[in-house]
Amino acid sequence: MRNAVVGIVMAVLAMGAVAHAQTLQIDGSTTVGPVADAFAEYFKSVQPDLAITVKKTGSGDGAAALVDGRCDIATMSRFMKAEEFQKAVANNVLPVAHVVAMDGVCVAVHPSNPVKALTGDQVRDIYAGKITNWSQVGGSNTPIVVISRDTSSGTYETFESLIMKKTPMGASVEYVNANPQAQSRVRTTAGAIGYVGLGFQEGVKILSIDGILPTRQTVASGTYPVARPLFLFTNGYPKLGSVVHRFVSFYLTEKGQELVEAKGFVPLTNY
Amino acid sequence: MNSAEVNLTLEPAADTPRPLVLTPGEDLRGYLLAHLGRAVLFLMTFSSVLAVLLILLFVIVRSLGFLSGYSIVEFLAGRDWRPTADSPVFGSLAIIVGSLYVSFAALVFAVPVGILAAVFLSDILSWQARNIVKPVVEILAAIPSVAYGFFAVLVLAPWMQKHLGLSTGTNALNASLILAVMALPTIISVAEDSISAIGRELREASYSCGATRMETMIKVVIPAAHSGIIAAVVLGMMRAIGETMVVWMASGNATQIPHPWWDVSQSIRTMTATIAGEMGESPEGSEHRGALFAIGVLLLILTFSLNIVSEYFLSRAKKATGKA
Repeated sequence: MRNAVVGIVMAVLAMGAVAHAQTLQIDGSTTVGPVADAFAEYFKSVQPDLAITVKKTGSGDGAAALVDGRCDIATMSRFMKAEEFQKAVANNVLPVAHVVAMDGVCVAVHPSNPVKALTGDQVRDIYAGKITNWSQVGGSNTPIVVISRDTSSGTYETFESLIMKKTPMGASVEYVNANPQAQSRVRTTAGAIGYVGLGFQEGVKILSIDGILPTRQTVASGTYPVARPLFLFTNGYPKLGSVVHRFVSFYLTEKGQELVEAKGFVPLTNY
Repeated sequence: MNSAEVNLTLEPAADTPRPLVLTPGEDLRGYLLAHLGRAVLFLMTFSSVLAVLLILLFVIVRSLGFLSGYSIVEFLAGRDWRPTADSPVFGSLAIIVGSLYVSFAALVFAVPVGILAAVFLSDILSWQARNIVKPVVEILAAIPSVAYGFFAVLVLAPWMQKHLGLSTGTNALNASLILAVMALPTIISVAEDSISAIGRELREASYSCGATRMETMIKVVIPAAHSGIIAAVVLGMMRAIGETMVVWMASGNATQIPHPWWDVSQSIRTMTATIAGEMGESPEGSEHRGALFAIGVLLLILTFSLNIVSEYFLSRAKKATGKA
């Protein structure tokens, strides 16, 4: 009996000792995460012994992981901040940015809301707490429930730099920690306003900002005021032909463009 | 006749394995092993104490950098928490108030229900039913807090928006209700234990004076067990203050103090949710991270003092039942 137990334990340990041929660690933004997931799934279907882990904890966390050497690729929905860059260089990590898609930060409201368009200034005043009722911007008499992403999010950074422009957020702004959560809060709350990535439009109504709706053309051309590039950061330029290199240049292929479009982003290529 | 010869040899008797007199080597070995055993057990016990002390030390040391460079009055009394602004402001008053607000509101719901449930479990329910119900109540404590959080955001929040007409469902009321449910098993368990520990004599004496069942419960039993009940409430409050996942998901995380103070339908933010939400993105060694550690120090001070208070009341309860 005892020998049988020892034998089983050894077998389990031996199974664990079989290493994968290659592993790839990807960490970072919840916005770019689905794109990395789609790429990873395709890569695994073509090369089954590849083990790719995609974590989605926020652009800030992705940058920290790349600097610490805990991941091979950091997905970020914003460029690296100066402190992150300096910390990376101090750690002998040289971040190289690869733009894989364009994203529009869409301002979303509940489908029952009659408001269809807002100006950038109005959105800013709503988030700063100066406009508190939908009737002040042409809607019904309901208080506005303002929803924002938390400060570790790249979507928050983009929204803050392109719309808020140094105006501090109001005290009653609610914070959620991921795109799907923001989407579900806006979808279930009648008076809510929130901002989500292009890929999270289901079930909510997207407003046009300054007269421009976020579509593929307006985001790619930059006419939509809240458009931003999505990045993959690597440590130095990856060795040509390595799996990291293939991953970060996958967006240039037709299949890559297909996957980017499927996730609701705007591809950089035009096949 | 058998002479009572005293056996003066040094061999052990037939049935004892150990020699009656030890050689110096065996004596020394026995001494060392005994003391070594004591030392090992002491180290194991001490390592758990050491772990707690080291955590406290770690959090305090990491926060000193921030606290020495930032006015403590400004930190404790400022209402604006803007860590990522160009000139960061770290005023944690709204956050501290949020934690206490949600915990007290949770106690408002949980204490009456918990104490009455404890009285019911110990005095009214039959012994067989009690043996089924008490473990079920304790299962409530085993549900993972993130499951409570899911329920709060996906079920309770829309329900509040639809049926109570609130503009936002993730607010202090939502978080308090869920925290009350989470604190209930603790309160019920400890209160029920202390009520059961009161001997039958007290209850029988009360009945013999002509008191009804309700009068006995409310005027005799509960006051007699008051130390244990207070300890239960304090432990429940500790559970509520330390809870992270539920308040992060269900309280809305707005850095504000509710404007009419009794308006529980406004969003608030707690200390635990601030630490959990902002720790990942704050750069290592920055002022922001130091501020989060400072909030951690506040949280630790709060929970440690609550722990000491509950220990005091528990020891009073034990002493009281020892006398009774």
